[in-house]
Amino acid sequence: MSDISSRGYANPDKLVSTEWVAAHLQDENVRIVESNEDPLLYPSGHIPGAVEVDWVKDLNDPLRRDYLGRAGFEALAGRIGISPDTTVIFYGDKSNWWATYALWVFELFDHSNAKIMDGGRLKWLEEGRELTRERPTISPTSYSAPERDDSRIRAFRDGVLAHTQAGGQLVDVRSPGEFSGEKLHMEGYPQEGAVRGGHIPGASSVPWSRAANDDGTFKTAAELRAIYLEEIGLNPAEPTIAYCRIGERSSHTWFVLSNLLGFNDVRNYDGSWTEWGNSVGLPIEK
Amino acid sequence: MASYPPKLQEYLDDFGFIGSREERVDYLIAIADEFRPVPAAIASKPYDEKYRVVGCESEAFVWALDRPDGGLDFYFDVLNPQGLSAMAMCAILEQSCSGVPLSQVAAIDGEVVFTFFGRDISMGKGRGLSEIINAVVYSAKQRLKAR
Repeated sequence: MSDISSRGYANPDKLVSTEWVAAHLQDENVRIVESNEDPLLYPSGHIPGAVEVDWVKDLNDPLRRDYLGRAGFEALAGRIGISPDTTVIFYGDKSNWWATYALWVFELFDHSNAKIMDGGRLKWLEEGRELTRERPTISPTSYSAPERDDSRIRAFRDGVLAHTQAGGQLVDVRSPGEFSGEKLHMEGYPQEGAVRGGHIPGASSVPWSRAANDDGTFKTAAELRAIYLEEIGLNPAEPTIAYCRIGERSSHTWFVLSNLLGFNDVRNYDGSWTEWGNSVGLPIEK
Repeated sequence: MASYPPKLQEYLDDFGFIGSREERVDYLIAIADEFRPVPAAIASKPYDEKYRVVGCESEAFVWALDRPDGGLDFYFDVLNPQGLSAMAMCAILEQSCSGVPLSQVAAIDGEVVFTFFGRDISMGKGRGLSEIINAVVYSAKQRLKAR
């Protein structure tokens, strides 16, 4: 894969290479964070010095369907030893699906100095780079965070309804079978299904994985434009909402549209199909 | 109702005593470290797709070979190098189910996945791991049915 700087991204600074990470393992201004779906991966071996942020126990409220609040984020940030100025590098399994999810949550608290390691955990592994089972000793910090800002990059059901009724741009990043309504859940995720199948009216279907190469790295800007602009006709200047099943796959697409292609206003609808497809009275297309 | 294979029951008892997530993860990693892929004498890549576990994202494969005593020897591979949970599940099944009475293997409930991995496992992973168990159980049931 070509150098990140030569791929034509709108904001290439949001990505770093595995080489860059390897060169910054001792950098005190950098905190490397692994976020996976599989809780066994980090303890079995991680990038030296990396800490773990778990999508279930660290990012989600244990009772309500929502993300952690300000106090929870401050505690998390303190535990992983960062300040608002720390450059946080996320990486993880599944082509950085969970890493982009964690980055999106961090941006809800305005920690925008966060980047993704291109190719994620698999690329680091396949390059034969060092992994360790030793957990780093972190000096806790006192992090002062703003209240979570849900207004900028997060979409809610009523906002999505108004958006679709106004003919706004929507990207459904689920599999084609889920989009068509043939399947009520993603392959292998039967308990996160919905009462009704289909998609939000007006949505275009672009499975999230189309933005990634086989090695987990992101496609070039030209390749991404061919998909999102030329193929389905999105306008980067118009507000866009991405959704999937619970908002994790769509955080990957949110990252691509907002950071790599420079769309002005992209929101992730984390209620996604498990909310929309179960809600009474909401319109659905098949 | 047949009992479970003794080694599987032993694992279930062990996991039943686990109190923390960290302890569970460490134990599963130790088990995954014991995973050995199918010997080349049994199967070599690319594997025949009929041995693939459908629904397992870690790309697990299961082979069930008949033994002279009427039991089965189970072999596994996991193609995804990040499929650590699948490797742990396969190691448990290989150690527990090879050479034991088929009725014990056929009695295994896919729900045991949650005893090993906990209730907070993601839905996709829970399903994939259950499908590995189902593939083993199916082989045992098919042999029993053919008798």
